[in-house]
Amino acid sequence: MITINALNDVFPILIQGIKITVSVLLASIVLGYLTAFVAGFCRLSKNVILRKITGFYVEVFRGTSLIVQLFWLYYAFPILFGIEVGSNFWAGVLAISLNYGAYMSEIVRGSILSVAKGQTEAATALNMSRFQRMRLVVFPQAVRMMLPEFGNYLILMLKSTSLVSLIGMTDILYYGDILRSSNLSQAPMVYLLVLIFYFILALPLIWLTRKLEGFSKKGVASQ
Amino acid sequence: MNEPMVKFKDVHKSFGDVEVLKGINLDLMPAEKVAVIGPSGSGKTTIIRMLMTLEQPTSGSIIVDGENLWQMEKSGRLVTANEKHLRQVRGDIGMVFQHFNLFPHMTILQNCMTAPIHVKQENKASAKARAIEMLDKVGLGDKLDNYPSQISGGQKQRVAMARALVMRPKIMLFDEVTSALDPELVEEVLEVIRDIAHEGRMTMVLVTHEMEFARDIADRVLFLDKGVIAEQGTPSEVFGHSENERLDSFLRRFRR
Repeated sequence: MITINALNDVFPILIQGIKITVSVLLASIVLGYLTAFVAGFCRLSKNVILRKITGFYVEVFRGTSLIVQLFWLYYAFPILFGIEVGSNFWAGVLAISLNYGAYMSEIVRGSILSVAKGQTEAATALNMSRFQRMRLVVFPQAVRMMLPEFGNYLILMLKSTSLVSLIGMTDILYYGDILRSSNLSQAPMVYLLVLIFYFILALPLIWLTRKLEGFSKKGVASQ
Repeated sequence: MNEPMVKFKDVHKSFGDVEVLKGINLDLMPAEKVAVIGPSGSGKTTIIRMLMTLEQPTSGSIIVDGENLWQMEKSGRLVTANEKHLRQVRGDIGMVFQHFNLFPHMTILQNCMTAPIHVKQENKASAKARAIEMLDKVGLGDKLDNYPSQISGGQKQRVAMARALVMRPKIMLFDEVTSALDPELVEEVLEVIRDIAHEGRMTMVLVTHEMEFARDIADRVLFLDKGVIAEQGTPSEVFGHSENERLDSFLRRFRR
């Protein structure tokens, strides 16, 4: 009986956090993939400076902790450089998308490089320009290879949105923490529900990843 | 007398420290069919890959229809050609590869329509009509909507030929196009090449191990050995008798 009451108390409060979690996720997905493609292509560029700068970005963001990056963006940057990223929403979204963008740029780069060389040669023999070879032949095949990995990162991104509670955003975990601090005995129930919330949010992403895997098996010539 | 369609002038090619081609001089006349034979590693494929701009010569020049392929003039000096120049000159050249290199994410029809639409700015309807015409010609008019993964190796190679033909090349290069095929699929591909050759309009260069076939359709046979053209002549000259010991021992391996 006690647990059921607790559930009735906890559930409506936690659900308030869903909106923040989902909006941070969606914004991070859009910005994260954009970053991944831009950085991935920059690393394949003929321009050495562009390649080096992007490589530096990727290594820094892959090599340091996401929480620390988040704190840098939200707390340190405004003090050091007077740069305000706007709000804790944008600080969170930027940290997540720059971090995951760095990882995913490696997927973009690796996939493009792993399209068989003969594909580019056949396109050259048909007198396609460099841009046409990429757009019509290499990229469509590379994307198919990227998709399953991208799906995995979707799920990782969802989970990392819980970090924004640390910069005061009212997401699912934030409400969970509030509930726990007001009544410690409810902690197991609260965190169980938090887990379930994240899992339910992840379900469509897991399903999507499976779909993408199936799709990506078709139509690729890899080396 | 006709001007040569393609002219190789003292072309050398090295990969790292290894000099694969050691001075190739070669004229290809319009509509001439040339077979290139020779032991593996002799540089046969490299010759046509340089002509297709897939490989840059280390030195020497290649002239295509009067235009210098790998060099262009810039403020009075000859410099290495840029992408734009290469595109201008190689437009008349088509190539069929040993491993087909069909685009796996496109249907057979799309494989044959994409380049005319995007490279030659043909409208979709006429590109489609032309693609279907060429696919019919290679006997694959019923496979238009299939994907490359759904057809056999011989069929793939025939699609690759249709894909090259829709671009109306003046020069067609064939890079060991039957080497990757199961023996029973070789003939259907050779059949198509024979048809194309008999139409006679195109200059054709065939790098091949099919000696019978080379004898059949070539006007001239080149024997490449250790990076030079060691012997050349009409098929009967090259395959008949030869004083060249290397050619002799090479050909003996193909006779039973």
